[in-house]
Amino acid sequence: MRDKMIGSLKEALKVMGLADGMTLSFHHHLRNGDAVLNGTLDAAFSLGVSGLTVAASSIFPVHAPLVEHIRKGTVSRLEVNYMSGPVADFVSRGGIAEPVIFRTHGGRPRSIESGELPIDIAVVAAPSADGRGNLTGTKGPSACGSLGYAMADARCAKRVLAVTDNPVDRVAPASIDQSLVDAVVTVDSIGDPAGIVSGTTRMPRDPVALVMARYAAMAIKASGLLADGVSFQTGAGGASLAAASYLRDMMRDLGVVGSFGMGGITSHMVRFLREGLVKRLYDVQCFDLEAVKSIAEDERHVEVSASLYASPGTKGPLVDDLDVVILGATEIDLDFNVNVHTDSSGRIIGGSGGHSDTAAGAKLAVVVAPLVRSRLPIVVDRVTTVSTPGDTVDLLVTERGIAVNPRRPELREALDRAGLPVMSIRELREIALSITGVPRSSRPKGRTVGIVEYRDGSLIDRISEVS
Amino acid sequence: MKILRMAVAGSMESNDAMVTVEPSNELSVEIESVVKAQFGDAIERSVMEVLKNLSVDSCTLSVKDRGALDCTLRARVETALLRGCEGVR
Amino acid sequence: MKRRRSLLFVPGNNPGMVANAGVFGADGVIFDLEDAVAQDQKDGARILVRNALAVLPMKGCERIVRINSMDRPIWLEDLEAVVAGGADSIMLPKAQSRAEMEELDRALSDAEKRVGREEGALDVIALVETPTGVENSGDIATARRVSGMLLGAEDLTAALGVPRTVDGEEISYARGRMVMAAKAAGIDAIDTPFTDTDDMEGLVKDVLFARSIGFDGKALISPRHVEAVNRAFTPTDGEMEWARAVVRALEEGERAGKGAVSVGGKMVDAPVAARARKTLAMRGEA
Repeated sequence: MRDKMIGSLKEALKVMGLADGMTLSFHHHLRNGDAVLNGTLDAAFSLGVSGLTVAASSIFPVHAPLVEHIRKGTVSRLEVNYMSGPVADFVSRGGIAEPVIFRTHGGRPRSIESGELPIDIAVVAAPSADGRGNLTGTKGPSACGSLGYAMADARCAKRVLAVTDNPVDRVAPASIDQSLVDAVVTVDSIGDPAGIVSGTTRMPRDPVALVMARYAAMAIKASGLLADGVSFQTGAGGASLAAASYLRDMMRDLGVVGSFGMGGITSHMVRFLREGLVKRLYDVQCFDLEAVKSIAEDERHVEVSASLYASPGTKGPLVDDLDVVILGATEIDLDFNVNVHTDSSGRIIGGSGGHSDTAAGAKLAVVVAPLVRSRLPIVVDRVTTVSTPGDTVDLLVTERGIAVNPRRPELREALDRAGLPVMSIRELREIALSITGVPRSSRPKGRTVGIVEYRDGSLIDRISEVS
Repeated sequence: MKILRMAVAGSMESNDAMVTVEPSNELSVEIESVVKAQFGDAIERSVMEVLKNLSVDSCTLSVKDRGALDCTLRARVETALLRGCEGVR
Repeated sequence: MKRRRSLLFVPGNNPGMVANAGVFGADGVIFDLEDAVAQDQKDGARILVRNALAVLPMKGCERIVRINSMDRPIWLEDLEAVVAGGADSIMLPKAQSRAEMEELDRALSDAEKRVGREEGALDVIALVETPTGVENSGDIATARRVSGMLLGAEDLTAALGVPRTVDGEEISYARGRMVMAAKAAGIDAIDTPFTDTDDMEGLVKDVLFARSIGFDGKALISPRHVEAVNRAFTPTDGEMEWARAVVRALEEGERAGKGAVSVGGKMVDAPVAARARKTLAMRGEA
């Protein structure tokens, strides 16, 4: 078979047939260290193309140069699961004419596989690649572990271009194999390792986060789900990590052995596996070096595609097997709707990621958030943006009390019995307001700059331009 | 009460506010806040109330707010004003 | 019964920590205007704590303020602000003599009158941290308003010129003396903080020892210590079982007209009965 190596990004894009108006896809495993999205768009610009759609699973501060590419017309549309930093600010201020489409981590592969989001060229950042186009994220100077978010792209795009800084003789087993890859480009560097993964994800020392984490763990225990075979997902946020640590102690004390841990994987989840507290880790994304090392060496630590992880279009995503998920929020309202897309002024600061997928799938969706953050109450009458619908959220845990969704009276009873500080979400709202005062609503009223799709593709909310 | 010297209170830490007062023949108040959209008016009201309670009619006062609660904001304004008037320290 | 298992120090000039002081589950919070506040920020801290006391929800948590010691004139300004703000109790550092406690009582009464609070509204916790204070602890404990005594081991060992150790042999006399003085006066004996915030094992050992020699509670400098300290000062399920058995035996004995009863082969005499009732009360069982 012919070698697929091509000399430069520019040449490769030409060979792939890059033309005006095409859709290029990217994945975010290199996170805030990623150099591939910027490099690819620079090459596209030098080829003089315009009107591209960038379908990136996430956009980070490192992708600031994308603003220039939008201004110059190289890029005219964005479709993302998450965005933060200068590009998000630019979009919020109305910098791009076409509204950005926001999906979930499960909604994105669903829309790719269903043909709703056709991709002309999938650009896959590959920490290691061979000349036939076999790719892995587990090795190389820019190792990032799992390549889960790139898999649907590689499977469904018309053309697949791998970009690596670590060409090797042979990659086997491959995360994405040669049958899917059209060309491989070698560049000096695909990213800055310091921005890709941290050494280890640090446990928070913020005492308020620890209080919330302890309540969350106690609530999970009280729910009765902390039994043999339990499965869970905890994020990499401070309170989530701390909650995971309390859960580990509880599982050890109770002698409970879980089935799997899932999601973005950190060193703390790896400890669950190593200590025999879960049997498997399902990993769409590694957050630290410990996780990268583990996925490379431990066969119980399994790389999964975003589609298998969370897509409602498959015959059964893993989120449907989840018992417990611990989630964050920038706002939550009296109906338990959660906002993770915008801040209280309506400025884009994130996106769903797997938030609404896991909330929908898990038996117990626990939102952990401080009741007051920088004088802003976390509980509001109505969220600025609906990211996750309230009927999929079971619990709100704050440092001053826990609210149970009225849909779950039996859960409220269990938490009461465990002596936890349970109150209604309205009471939490009152406490918050007694501390902060009543904020003036600053809901932006500008034109639509973002469309929030629920995981099944239905419209769940719009994001407006802020002045 | 008369402001006779420049004085500062508070800090730029989150949950705090930095308040600076300077002598002036008129009253001017400048507010910068991370929650200006939600609490800009409330902050101004509180500043004015503290000025009135301490009978300060004229000074230049600036607030750099990092999400301070109202009780903190009022404390920082009062502290700056007391520091800026004669006889205090 | 007001419990003082855990009294958490919070720096008085840190708005974030002051605002969240009530969420850690401590029985009481000590807003600190003394050592935790830089000399040139004393005024700012005093005003901040006064304002915060007046408005922040602290549900069931005792609000104590450590004012500056009486050898510094600002202690009176602190006192005034704290009484006005609505504190429950004052902690007086470097408490040394009966005369000082009486002066503090008078100053408190004056301040209470001025701000319109009921006379005697505030309690006093005496922080004993000098050799003179330890020797006078009996006088201090019986002074008006004094409802608790806290041992300050860091200052005390500095005054003694000896290093502070984890085992605490150097403060064993002071601990014993203070517990005795407090118990004789019927007030709370509160142990010195455990200062290594990362040594949880050492903390648990230290607090269990303090409880074993009669302390009612412990001061803490880290919110992360609250849970362990509360737990150590709360009767275990086993202790509760024993106490219930004792009370049951007493009641049955009374009904049967028996003079003496025993539980687990041990005679239940008056002190044992009292201990059992106190144990039950500590977890809210009558």
